[in-house]
Amino acid sequence: MRSLSSFFYRYQRLSLLLLLALPLLWLGVIYLGSLSALLAQSFFSLDGFTGQVVKEFTLSTYTQLFSPANLDVIGRTVTMALVVTLASIIVAFPLAYTMARAASPALRSLLYLLVLMPLWSSYVVRVYAWKLILAKEGVLNWFLSKLHLSWLSDGLLGLPVIGGPSLSLSFIGTFLVFLYIWLPYMILPIAAGLERIPKSLLEASSDLGGKPALSFWRVTFPLVLPGIVAGSIFTFSLTLGDYIIPGVVGNSQPFIGQVVLIQQGTAGNIPLAAAFTVVPMVIMALYLSLARKLGAFEAL
Amino acid sequence: MKKWFGLCLSLALVLSLSVSAQMNSIGEGEGALSIVAWAGYIERGDTDPAYDWVTDFEAETGCMVSVKTAATSDEMVALMNEGGFDLVTASGDASLRLIYGKQVQAINTDLIPSWSTVDERLQSAAWHTVDGVHYGVPYQWGSNVLMYNTEAFSEAPTSWSVVFEDTTLADGSSNKGRVQAFDGPIYIADAALYLKYHNPDLGIDDPYALTREQFDAALNLLRQQRALVGRYWHDAFVQIDDFTNEGVVASGSWPFQVNLLVAAGEPIASTIPEEGATGWADTTMLHVDAPHPNCAYKWLEHSLNPKLQGDLAAWFGSVPSVPAACTGNELLGESGCDTNGMGNFEKIAFWKTPIAQCGDGKECVPYYEWVTSYIAVLGGR
Repeated sequence: MRSLSSFFYRYQRLSLLLLLALPLLWLGVIYLGSLSALLAQSFFSLDGFTGQVVKEFTLSTYTQLFSPANLDVIGRTVTMALVVTLASIIVAFPLAYTMARAASPALRSLLYLLVLMPLWSSYVVRVYAWKLILAKEGVLNWFLSKLHLSWLSDGLLGLPVIGGPSLSLSFIGTFLVFLYIWLPYMILPIAAGLERIPKSLLEASSDLGGKPALSFWRVTFPLVLPGIVAGSIFTFSLTLGDYIIPGVVGNSQPFIGQVVLIQQGTAGNIPLAAAFTVVPMVIMALYLSLARKLGAFEAL
Repeated sequence: MKKWFGLCLSLALVLSLSVSAQMNSIGEGEGALSIVAWAGYIERGDTDPAYDWVTDFEAETGCMVSVKTAATSDEMVALMNEGGFDLVTASGDASLRLIYGKQVQAINTDLIPSWSTVDERLQSAAWHTVDGVHYGVPYQWGSNVLMYNTEAFSEAPTSWSVVFEDTTLADGSSNKGRVQAFDGPIYIADAALYLKYHNPDLGIDDPYALTREQFDAALNLLRQQRALVGRYWHDAFVQIDDFTNEGVVASGSWPFQVNLLVAAGEPIASTIPEEGATGWADTTMLHVDAPHPNCAYKWLEHSLNPKLQGDLAAWFGSVPSVPAACTGNELLGESGCDTNGMGNFEKIAFWKTPIAQCGDGKECVPYYEWVTSYIAVLGGR
């Protein structure tokens, strides 16, 4: 035992290597390996005659990817992800602010509990529950009609593109469910960011004559920005990849995740499915490099 | 060149089919049996004690059954390619792929005493019989139906036009936003079936073998339908909810949803319109390297047991492949087979995978194009 420990003491590089071997193997082989296999697949193509994958380098799959119908899918998904992210920031910020700053310790624990609790129940169940809430003969419409506010939902649903026959059959519905499902992932990083701002900075700001609004914009907001960006990484990437919500709520116009599923599962067109998977990867890579510049990773 | 290729291919197929051996006698059971099946197809009373057709079999033969459920035909093919399983309950699209992929072996029907009780219309069906050789035992079949709300329709609709064309329904409002369609690419065949009847100039014979022109015509019909459909369905329970809470009044559907909605007291009924309907037929097939062939043959015989067939039909909303199962089954009831579509066999275009070489030297649109095109239609293109 003793000689073993002195052996590792003498060869510190070796012991470091042994310690890192497992995680490195995991990252290198399983994670990066499957990722590069995926990338490689996207440069293959599908033979129309046999339906088999032709393992020769070609860009034809990418030509297919950029057909108008597929660009529609990508555009639709990215727009939804952006809108959901912006709305989450707007909804999450006041709540996170209350949790981190205004609430008493008891209320604060309660709020944290309320934010976290939905994460303990099944995601699918919550999505289906929302389908019932938003249905034409669902809870929300019932309330609106009791409050004589049906004109409001009718007006919204009358809008082109985002409207539809009912909330659960329109993009508005899809958006609301996305917003609800991913909201905790925005609230928590913002609250964490707010909590880390030392009170002394705000006191200094007001001592120097800063009114609350000015202190907020010049002190609080810049310091919490990394938290917001961190939260937006979650909401944006999760919306980009989700394939269950748009299948249950919405008007059946396909999103990226659904197309990947159907291309590899039903059609056996793995090259096109792989090419589709590359799209969110590229978008996220751009997004992350931007986020890094804004210092988001210090708040994770 | 292509002709040569086709010739070689068929030659190779004939050769490979003739060499695949079949069993001549059933020996002692091996004590185990593994089956790849659709969820709900092999029940041992776990979900509902009344539905159990495994326990008896195990007690009788000593073959302990293990089931691997698969969610799609592709998954079934993949599992069988992997090997290690004895049987698979393959649908019409998977069955031919398994036969041509040489993953399943020919069945010696002499070893299955109940073979003669199988519905004659199924005994030599094209999805499990190649050149007169049987590669499986019919298990269950069913048809898609036109489900409708009896409050919106004063009488049963006679045509699929209520889901394809802008129509004013009996209740005075348009069908726009109140009809649904299946969100799988195979639904293109439903459109083709409709055109086969209403537009004979296109010359559609088989809705699963479409030339480019026929395919484009079907897509145009589906684009027209897109304007009428609020949401496409893929999950049976979502569709049930849409009929209850979303004001949907007509859609292509399965007997499963109809039975559940009727049982819940909703004003729902179903019909098979004049154009006919698409449907599915499943076959139990034996792996070429099955580790437990004797137990497998015992199960093939057991699978035709009228009690099992009737119970399964009641459970799944399907039709037994053994007509005798329709009478005297407590779970299915006296009219169960008719409810599930027993009388509709002739009207059904059974599901199979579209391939490019669709016979007679014809060039058809292959399945992967059905997928991309249907995604485009759903996306509004």
